[in-house]
Amino acid sequence: MKNDVKDALNGGFPIFIGYVPPAIAFGILSKSCGITLLESFLFSAVVFAGASQFIALNLLMTGMGPGGIILTTLLVNFRHFLMSAYLSTQIGKMAKQYIFLIAFGVTDEIFSVLSFSKRKLTKTFVFVLQLSAYSGWVSGTVAGFILGGFLPEILTKSMGIALYSLLLAILLPELKTSTKAVCLVIASGILNTVLIKLDLFPDGWNIIVCIFVIAFAGSSFISPKPKKIQKKGEKVHG
Amino acid sequence: MDNIILLILGMAAVTYVPRLAPFFLIGSNRLPKRVDDFLKCIPVAAIGALIIPGVFNAVPEEPLAVICGMGFALIIGMWRGGIIIPVIGSVATTYLILLLSA
Repeated sequence: MKNDVKDALNGGFPIFIGYVPPAIAFGILSKSCGITLLESFLFSAVVFAGASQFIALNLLMTGMGPGGIILTTLLVNFRHFLMSAYLSTQIGKMAKQYIFLIAFGVTDEIFSVLSFSKRKLTKTFVFVLQLSAYSGWVSGTVAGFILGGFLPEILTKSMGIALYSLLLAILLPELKTSTKAVCLVIASGILNTVLIKLDLFPDGWNIIVCIFVIAFAGSSFISPKPKKIQKKGEKVHG
Repeated sequence: MDNIILLILGMAAVTYVPRLAPFFLIGSNRLPKRVDDFLKCIPVAAIGALIIPGVFNAVPEEPLAVICGMGFALIIGMWRGGIIIPVIGSVATTYLILLLSA
């Protein structure tokens, strides 16, 4: 129990650091869009989905109706469907009442920390991790709305690196031991870069295409560990 | 404005349902090996695309700060592992570079 909390804070604090600057920016932007403090707070507290909240504000300003904004939000956040699909294989046995809460907090960063955590995903660990990320997002939003850009600009800018160094730090132990993981990460990054340049898909779908293509390739063309015994007649993958 | 509240609720619903549904669709069912292998590759595939190319613009128009910050996280992460120190260190390194180049 004690270790659950400690380990969760270890992963949760970096997410907190990473969430605060964009949350402050969201608070400031929502104020300038003529939204009330309560509404700005509710955006972050009830939706809890970074990029889609910014997109919603932009669309609101262009005069788009709620239907269009909600549809866009569905598209932008649909990647979490795939992330939850993975997580369900890891924590599917947890009691249903906890699943309802845990599912609410499946963001990119929480998913990343959970999926590479070497420890058992107990409910205390998952909740404390999610709560530390959530508190950063919600408190940052409120602080930004009320105080404006109260952090020094250089600090805010440098905190922009936190979410990326977090993802790298999570990934490193896997990259150190698996050439396959290195190949898949780079391939996914290249594919994503190309897709963004081509600009074929709506917001949020480049990453979905990347996950599908790369995970499919990873599971079919590169076998993770050569099997010691091959069944007769079974094809051996390259 | 009631409209905004309705919008928030609608956005919350279409965000929450896709996050929740897989837990019930998959749950603790045994999956075919093919599907299980696919799901196992999701984290690596997702994080690759979450990092690249976004990281190059992590600190807009300050590529040197990004390289030093991520370089710090890479070196400390390779050497000692962990999460907090690489992350805090990368922010501090980036801060220092921005301060010096300002």
